[in-house]
Amino acid sequence: MTTIEKSSKKVSGLRWPGSEGPSRAAWEEEPSKAVKAAKSATLIIVVLAVLLPLYTIILTSISSQSTITNAGGLVIIPGEITWDAYRQIFTGGVVTRAIMVSVGITVVGTILSMVVSVLCAYGLSRPGTLAHTPLLFVLLITMFFAAGMIPSYLLVSGLGMIDSYAALILPSCISVFNIIILRGFFMGIDQGILDSARIDGASEWRILGQIVMPMSKAVTAVIALFYGVGYWNAFFNAILYINDSSKNPLQVVLRSYVLQGVSVPGQIAVGQGVAASLALQMAVIVVAMVPILFVYPFVQKHFTKGVMIGAVKG
Amino acid sequence: MTSTLTKETSRPAETARRGKEKPEVRIGLGLKARLRRDKSMILMTLPAILLLALFAYVPIMGNVVAFQDYSPFVGIANSPWVGLDNFARVLSDGNFWVAVRNTLVITAFQLIFFFPIPIALAILLNSLVSPALRATIQAVVYLPHFFSWVLVVAVFQQILGGAGLLNQQLLANGWQGLDIMTNPDTFLFLITSQSIWKDAGWGMIVFLAALNAIDPSQYEAAAVDGANRWSRMWHVTLPGLRPVIILLLILRLGDSLSVGFEQLILQRDAVGAGASEVLDTFVYFTGVQNGDWSYAAAAGLIKGVVSLTLILGANKVAHLFGEAGVYSKS
Repeated sequence: MTTIEKSSKKVSGLRWPGSEGPSRAAWEEEPSKAVKAAKSATLIIVVLAVLLPLYTIILTSISSQSTITNAGGLVIIPGEITWDAYRQIFTGGVVTRAIMVSVGITVVGTILSMVVSVLCAYGLSRPGTLAHTPLLFVLLITMFFAAGMIPSYLLVSGLGMIDSYAALILPSCISVFNIIILRGFFMGIDQGILDSARIDGASEWRILGQIVMPMSKAVTAVIALFYGVGYWNAFFNAILYINDSSKNPLQVVLRSYVLQGVSVPGQIAVGQGVAASLALQMAVIVVAMVPILFVYPFVQKHFTKGVMIGAVKG
Repeated sequence: MTSTLTKETSRPAETARRGKEKPEVRIGLGLKARLRRDKSMILMTLPAILLLALFAYVPIMGNVVAFQDYSPFVGIANSPWVGLDNFARVLSDGNFWVAVRNTLVITAFQLIFFFPIPIALAILLNSLVSPALRATIQAVVYLPHFFSWVLVVAVFQQILGGAGLLNQQLLANGWQGLDIMTNPDTFLFLITSQSIWKDAGWGMIVFLAALNAIDPSQYEAAAVDGANRWSRMWHVTLPGLRPVIILLLILRLGDSLSVGFEQLILQRDAVGAGASEVLDTFVYFTGVQNGDWSYAAAAGLIKGVVSLTLILGANKVAHLFGEAGVYSKS
């Protein structure tokens, strides 16, 4: 973490004037009123284009049947609020199951991906170690030539992994791109620190665990987010490798309920209102969105130049 | 190809670091001693290498089914070899060429209407004076990148679909409804606007980084020489962005045969195959859905080889124009 922040501070000294503090450089002219207005209008439209759809979907998911009927569909002005839709999809049934499948795959997959990727990135972080270049080739070649869908499918089915959760994790377990970002970051760590640990007799495993990892919290968090989002959003692998509908992850269920118009089932407890079908659909969308909305703010602040330049240059 | 990849590792930015590490190479050290020294480093890479070997390299070999009349019941070992028959069949198939045409049209369309937006957005955002405002807008526009395609298409359907918010407002005000989601004629605009909604904000991130790397004294010097806001943008900002723009163009060209597979497969039912069939969906439907494995594998292999040629070719062109490209010559 420290290294990224340090480097971002260093770079920020080079930012062009006006971007650091609320004042402009002496030589920079004040923009005209028309330019200012055009800029503000563009930015407001951009921000609203992202937020408005999310707002109306979230609002509809907690609106009552009568509010939805009055609005004639999606709700923009809040009316009567009810949690029936969420109660209905969380009390057993297909959506609950799919959420559990998706959470399980995301948690297990992300942990596995991170362990494998961090180890590999550190193992390749010192040019000059034995077999460094050939091993790096093995990684990089896969970025230039992808095997293709059919042979991948035949392999997974040949391994007997059709309808297994492993098919949703292992084929997409590592992203060479992410490993290259991690590797770039590890290579930027001051080698003197690592060398002194080595002289003190620390093994590479210990150096990675006790020195490198604590210095790399930010980049690790970003890469974990990339992997986690990948697993949570995985849709096509499930279409390809999962035939048993009870093993479908949330994205597949989301498609059938929202895009293909299958009605959302769910048990209705005694004394509980029936949620509007539109509210149910919107609730499924919100459930697919929520983990991202929750994790994103914590990681977003680390999307700094350091991480992303490594990504591009990698 | 291997020789070009070597150059990847020796880009200028790293030379300084590597120079410092030179003593570590210890040329005098024998193979055994190096193995003893580096065995844990090699061991660490093994899980990833094994996963790649299994899920990336074995399928590359698996492409031999494209030269066979493959049947899942007898397996690769016993399926008869048919030479280039599958490729001849693919190349004389009208549906394949429809998929090629759609793919290229979508790529070209997105190159013109999607590609410049993140650049413009980054320049706009970079010109904001308040850092807090910039950070807030960045956080908002990056967000949709992390939504799945299913989610994005679902959101679009709720807003623009036949029963969506837009139509609901149009009809309530006595106008005629539009159905953007199922109209093949406007499909290009639809998928491009979806891509813009999802990824234009995120695409900005590399341009913002490049903008930050421009030396501010260049702006100052230009201003002192009498350059106004627009000429500074033309003569300082855009040249500063050029390497990144070229890099991303190369990557996009190399990727030009892959256009939003999940995005398209989700909407294929709604608009029909005529407008939405691309190479990847063609491979999926002929292979996995219809079981014509060898035929689909041949189509997929054609795509893979052409993509590889495109990225290497685009990089070559970048070198000819004196740009760094994806991997640099040093």
